[in-house]
Amino acid sequence: MSDRTRNTPEMSQSAASRRVAKVGLDSLDNLWFQVGGTLCNLACEHCFISCSPQNDKFKMMSLAQIQPYLDEAVVLGVKEFYFTGGEPFLNDEIFDILEATLAIGPATVLTNGTIITNRRARELARLEANSIYSLEIRVSLDGFDEPSNDRLRGKGSFKLALNGITRLVEQGMLPILTAVQTWSEAEHERMLAGFKQLLADIGYTRPRFKIIPALDLGAYQQNKIGPAVTEYVTEEMLEDFDRSQLICSNSRMVTNSGVHVCPILIDYPDSRMGESLKATTGEYRLRHPACYTCYLSGAICSNFSSGGQSER
Amino acid sequence: MRVALLGGVYNNYLALEAACEDARARGCAKIYCLGDLGAFGPHPDKVFPILQEYGVECVQGNYDNSVGNNREDCQCGYTDPTDNHYAHLSYQYTLANTSPDNRRYLASLRSEIRFTVDNRRVLLCHGSPRRVNEFMWESTSPTHLLERFCDDYDADIIAVTHTGLHWQRALSDGRWFVNVGCIGRPANDGATHVWYTILDTAQPEPVTFVPLAYDHERLAQEMEAERIPSEFIETIRTGYWTTCLEILPAKERKRGIC
Repeated sequence: MSDRTRNTPEMSQSAASRRVAKVGLDSLDNLWFQVGGTLCNLACEHCFISCSPQNDKFKMMSLAQIQPYLDEAVVLGVKEFYFTGGEPFLNDEIFDILEATLAIGPATVLTNGTIITNRRARELARLEANSIYSLEIRVSLDGFDEPSNDRLRGKGSFKLALNGITRLVEQGMLPILTAVQTWSEAEHERMLAGFKQLLADIGYTRPRFKIIPALDLGAYQQNKIGPAVTEYVTEEMLEDFDRSQLICSNSRMVTNSGVHVCPILIDYPDSRMGESLKATTGEYRLRHPACYTCYLSGAICSNFSSGGQSER
Repeated sequence: MRVALLGGVYNNYLALEAACEDARARGCAKIYCLGDLGAFGPHPDKVFPILQEYGVECVQGNYDNSVGNNREDCQCGYTDPTDNHYAHLSYQYTLANTSPDNRRYLASLRSEIRFTVDNRRVLLCHGSPRRVNEFMWESTSPTHLLERFCDDYDADIIAVTHTGLHWQRALSDGRWFVNVGCIGRPANDGATHVWYTILDTAQPEPVTFVPLAYDHERLAQEMEAERIPSEFIETIRTGYWTTCLEILPAKERKRGIC
């Protein structure tokens, strides 16, 4: 479990605390499930919720736990479903859960790719083929060679993840390679070119990428991988700002302990907003430094196909 | 009543003219355009006289709102940096080459058009009834949400564009949701024709998608003469999208080759 003792700036100043921005749910476009809990076969240095083989703060979720939220989300007009962890493919029920989901809408799985066997890849391709909706698989990789990736994700993870990607591509799927930007802007083009070459070498010639900003949370924070973020989001910052870029305006996260404001903040007790989706449409105060990162980067969790949602 | 519904024109005035002629020949009483007159193609101002000649009624798309109000970007709603890069190139070209009069026209357009015929309430809008730049892809638009749109926005038939790919879905009680696709670029399927939609409200299944050949080689040559990026021209000649495709969901992306 990660340490949550660091002060956020507004806590020390009551005047400032009044200016912290609040954002409510405009529409439930994206519903997330912490389907793998915080259990993972890897223990990445930069994981923003410190998932590991030992971290069972959040438990894996069963189809029986998830189904009522799927039903409730349909009533609320949800558009997309996302499944993350931990590692979702450690969950024995993941394929039943995806099948139930794909009967009602599109699904995305965020995985480390290391345990995608041939059987699992075939099953995923079958599930997508049987649905009118897309099934997206986002596979995390944080370097285009073994040393740079395994430094963050653990020894042996590069080869295993690449095998997983290869198997998905062999099944005709178009996995989205997802990387946390742990490199500087100056290095960005070189990194992208490296990833493209790596994927071309395994026969994936039309790769898709999602590069997400590092979040100063969890293991990333403890391991001091990047500079600390101490800013937060104020009301003034949201004037003339497209609020739909903030996850909390269009998403909620379901864990085994209830409904949280977003997928990023589940380690903070104050992120839990209630038991049902209906009960969690109210406003949330953007008091955390991660809110500031979300504000700066925008739409960091959803797929590109969701698009931006700026209004005139 | 039989009407023609045209999706994004993207400056493709040759396809626009061909679509209007075709719609007339097929007996359409009226032609509607669902917005985004500008984007990838050449000579934005050539679109407007054709709209006038055929009495085309237009919905305001995000592009029209941006060009009409001289905004910084096209409000397309892309979030991938590569998509945004190409969107910016075509927007800068369109903005710089649209006359003040035509910009005023774009700024004056309505965000939706409604009519009721044959006892069916029809709603024409750009992205979705709730957001001008919402992407309604076939593989990421749940049926329950489309039903909800019909309930919430008092419509039996909802038609949108914005994504550039056409599809339709039958809903409960004889209601329909249709994305009319676009006439500005081909449908990422390796064919050079574009698609428009005929809506016949007297029919139980009211939607017909019409493939439309036009002089795409002439368009490509005019784009070259205007020094428009070669990636946009390649799409016109090959029928496959080469830009602004990171936005595609998995199923739609698989149908192309890039």
